[in-house]
Amino acid sequence: MSEELRKTPLHALHVGLGAKMVPFAGYDMPVQYPTGILKEHLHTRAAAGLFDVSHMGQVAVRAKSGEVADAARALEALVPVDLVGLAEGRQRYGFFTDEGGGILDDLMVANRGDHLLVVVNAACKADDLAHLEAGLEGCEVEPLERGLVALQGPRAAEALGGLHPDVGTMRFMDVREIDFAGVRAVVSRSGYTGEDGFEISLPEEHTVDFAERLLGAEGVLPVGLGARDSLRLEAGLCLYGSDIDRTTTPVEAALEWAIQPARRAGGARAGGFPGAEVILGQIASGAARRRVGLLPEGRAPMRGGTELFADEEGAEVGVVTSGGFGPSLDRPVAMGYVAIDRAAPGTRLFGRLRGKMLPVTVAKLPLVQPGHKRA
Amino acid sequence: MLRFTEEHEWLKQDGEEVIVGITEHAAEQLGDLVFVELPEEGVTVVKGEEVVTIESVKAASDIAAPLDGQITEVNPAIVENPALVNEDPMENGWFFKMTLADPADLDGLMDEEAYRAYIA
Repeated sequence: MSEELRKTPLHALHVGLGAKMVPFAGYDMPVQYPTGILKEHLHTRAAAGLFDVSHMGQVAVRAKSGEVADAARALEALVPVDLVGLAEGRQRYGFFTDEGGGILDDLMVANRGDHLLVVVNAACKADDLAHLEAGLEGCEVEPLERGLVALQGPRAAEALGGLHPDVGTMRFMDVREIDFAGVRAVVSRSGYTGEDGFEISLPEEHTVDFAERLLGAEGVLPVGLGARDSLRLEAGLCLYGSDIDRTTTPVEAALEWAIQPARRAGGARAGGFPGAEVILGQIASGAARRRVGLLPEGRAPMRGGTELFADEEGAEVGVVTSGGFGPSLDRPVAMGYVAIDRAAPGTRLFGRLRGKMLPVTVAKLPLVQPGHKRA
Repeated sequence: MLRFTEEHEWLKQDGEEVIVGITEHAAEQLGDLVFVELPEEGVTVVKGEEVVTIESVKAASDIAAPLDGQITEVNPAIVENPALVNEDPMENGWFFKMTLADPADLDGLMDEEAYRAYIA
């Protein structure tokens, strides 16, 4: 633990804005600004929040043949997603799986025309790099030292559009290289809040200036990791290490939507990824447990680790994997795993909190309606 | 005269009772509170016993009884609106009132000057 914390290109900016800094995945990161987590969360849903996500891993994967399709084919050996069918300028969610069907990390893959851009979790990036280098045939794997900021919320398009009008024509999960007056950025219309928004990858040396320009736009406030967590929780998005890990399969995690027909039984490139037998078997016949949304009935948040029971007498049926207070819903919110026969929305369970059995209801994810721009 | 504990509680003498809350410093460190669970009125408590559960957007924490005594009254307003603790920790955001087993115990706690030095 004596290892020195790493700093993103925006570190001094955060400190200058009065952020409370905390260690996160080996980086010194802002958990909140003087605005506070509740208001930062609500502001993101009402206007726009700027997040520093430069700690995340950005990796370029290039086929030695020069053909992006070859890189896609190679990466399909590690990721159960249709990457060959991913069009240029589009991005998909996916995950690395292991031989048992567990999840090694979740990620975004973009087709950048001549290469794939893979974005992975900060805490996993060293392992992911080694995994890519060992598992990709005929490819070069290049970790990118670039800044990454996310602009999220209903006014994000207006704010980023003020710097370049082209972003307005992008749809959800589009990826485009955009020249912001000499700063060449890779912009995707995506994020981790359930809101419309963008993630902008740019050269480290331009990150501060770019962030300051966005913070100067009307409606934009800096938002820390605290609100990032409550925003993604309400949006039903998994946090690696809490909601998904090597002990959870994509089917248990309710992420089978990310496995397109081409990779499923009967598909053009069925299987061919680690753990395919387990995962495709679970797609066919189901898994014994499933990740669900949870709404505790009272005001007490149920955090990760809270055990769930079928009744007050206590047959254990699951566990909360992340939970807290949902500012937009003004109530506690959570997600977790429950036995498949308890996974239907509306099922009433009990969470054991400080020795008391408190009622909690299974709810459909996401808990808030997403604001993505799909058309 | 205000007294303070190392756990960042303040105590204020109010006739036979003392009013107990958390300091502005503590409220700021905890962040936005979203849940408060208070003890039952009338219970006897010992110093260090966890009597209040609070949750901020970040985490759960416990507030301990600052001294031996009996809880005489709790503040329902902060259960209804936990944000009141952040907005006004030293006045309207009080937690509970108690009578002390030994009123002289109060003198063993920090005064305002000592507390300021403690958190500096």
